[in-house]
Amino acid sequence: MMLKGTVHKYGINVDTDAIIPARYLNVSEPEELALHCMEDIDIDFVKRVKPGDIIVADTNFGCGSSREHAPLAIKAAKVSCVIAKSFARIFFRNAINIGLPLLESEDAVNNTENGDVLEVDLSKGEIKNLTRNKIFIAKPYPDFMMKIIEAGGLVNYTRKSIVK
Amino acid sequence: MTLAEKILAAHSGKKKVSPGEFINVKVDLVLANDITAPISIREFGKLGARKVFDPKKIVMVPDHFCPNKDIASAEQAKIMRDFAHEHDLVYFEVGQMGIEHVLLPEQGLALPGEVIIGADSHTCTYGALGAFSTGMGSTDIAMAMATGEIWMKVPSSIKFIYRGKLGKWVGGKDLILHTIGDIGVDGALYSAMVFSGETIDALPMDGRFTMSNMAIEAGGKAGVFAYDKTTEKYLKGRAKHPCIVYKADDDAEYIRTIEYDVSTLEPQVSFPHLPSNAKPVSKVGNISIDQSVIGSCTNGRLDDLRLAAKVIKGRKINSRVRCIVIPGTQQVYMDALHEGLIEIFITAGAVVSTPTCGPCLGGYMGILAAGERCISTTNRNFVGRMGSTKSEIYLANPAVAAASAVTGRITGPEEICK
Ligand code: SF4
Repeated sequence: MMLKGTVHKYGINVDTDAIIPARYLNVSEPEELALHCMEDIDIDFVKRVKPGDIIVADTNFGCGSSREHAPLAIKAAKVSCVIAKSFARIFFRNAINIGLPLLESEDAVNNTENGDVLEVDLSKGEIKNLTRNKIFIAKPYPDFMMKIIEAGGLVNYTRKSIVK
Repeated sequence: MTLAEKILAAHSGKKKVSPGEFINVKVDLVLANDITAPISIREFGKLGARKVFDPKKIVMVPDHFCPNKDIASAEQAKIMRDFAHEHDLVYFEVGQMGIEHVLLPEQGLALPGEVIIGADSHTCTYGALGAFSTGMGSTDIAMAMATGEIWMKVPSSIKFIYRGKLGKWVGGKDLILHTIGDIGVDGALYSAMVFSGETIDALPMDGRFTMSNMAIEAGGKAGVFAYDKTTEKYLKGRAKHPCIVYKADDDAEYIRTIEYDVSTLEPQVSFPHLPSNAKPVSKVGNISIDQSVIGSCTNGRLDDLRLAAKVIKGRKINSRVRCIVIPGTQQVYMDALHEGLIEIFITAGAVVSTPTCGPCLGGYMGILAAGERCISTTNRNFVGRMGSTKSEIYLANPAVAAASAVTGRITGPEEICK
């Protein structure tokens, strides 16, 4: 699967309250959540973001709460993937479960600036910075997780075993 | 094997598990709340499952925005309530409920040796009892509700050893803030934190809950304590079903061992906007506050209210401060009432709320305006967590929050309790 989009870059420890503030958690529709995505650290994000865009961040992206609303909001804002040096554990799980691709690559993050255009080949884990003409390889997914991703998320992956 | 590995091996039908291994784990208890349950229920529907795996092992608690704070949250709570009744789940209605992580252990539903997962990041709280408990997202919970199983990656374990006798106003909150201050908010990423040492042996149950509760603030998957006399005493007459106690092997492997001498540790205060910005209270300087919150799943237990009341008794809340006390559960509220703590708070000019998460996540019952500062016994001080993105939260133990409410600035309790 190929993804392509403009980079929105953030720093370390972007927490789930920054991704979707708790005051908006009285709804759970992804489209409504998307209206407030990144609001508390980047008030214009929702206005700027275009379908396919890519979030790039430093270490520990998604730390804090277990709210699945966070990856749901990012996905519904039409962000195609998130690239970071590392992800918080629960956020990582949630994103994979709902089908929001995440890539871990220190090199890619160090060599990418706000506004760069990236092209990502998910199956190879290859990140191309078209603006700077550089290629990076992300850490591969464990086999176990790749199966969930290939099935299109945990629900699809599990459904087969339940409806029998 | 470590305690975490022992529990996970037993729940995955294996003799031995090792860090990094992916396993399928049988769960003993599944938890969701009024914010996370609606998404779980939606995904549960998509799974095509008609029945939950075991209604007695699924708990739903309306605590975040309940009693319903507005129409939208009322709709979310209703989705959960209807589902809980339809499937005959363990459900605590307003009037019986409390903050989930205070409620479940209190009700004897979270027990040693169990695997407990919840759609809430602070599900790690039950590690205090020697359980392997961890937070997950709503889709994981949907899957567990349907099958009673979940995939997990076996975490490596980090051992923390604390030595020395704690000072009068120093407790579990200070140990964990100090630890997170040392290792950082991702210092235990993907790992199980194991709390041990002579200081821990002497730490009361409520202080242990506070420490396990904040394991996630260091990125930890779990924060566990070994079962001992303190655990045994706490569970007596409380446990709702039998449980198996596991013990770490003497030759268990830890990826790191970190030791602290805490005999001179002061109460800690974590500055905005990360729990890791911890400083001893004597180094805080002059910081005025507008609000003091005493409650939450971190410090809303009886010991916490006792500590706060000890500081506040016979004093007045500063006229420029809103002091908001939130007992963690109805039982904590009742016990505090019987012990006369509630009267101490109200006489001093504090407000006492019904059990709820309330302001902890910026829901209601104490939202901050731009420019306002709050000292809080909660666990997160992220930007905007309690209201305006231009407000500030300082994390501390209940004695510091109480003393600060009296003076109107961040204050150590020893300064006013001479
Ligand atoms: S009290 Fe705060 S941290 Fe605890 S469960 Fe409620 S919102 Fe979460």
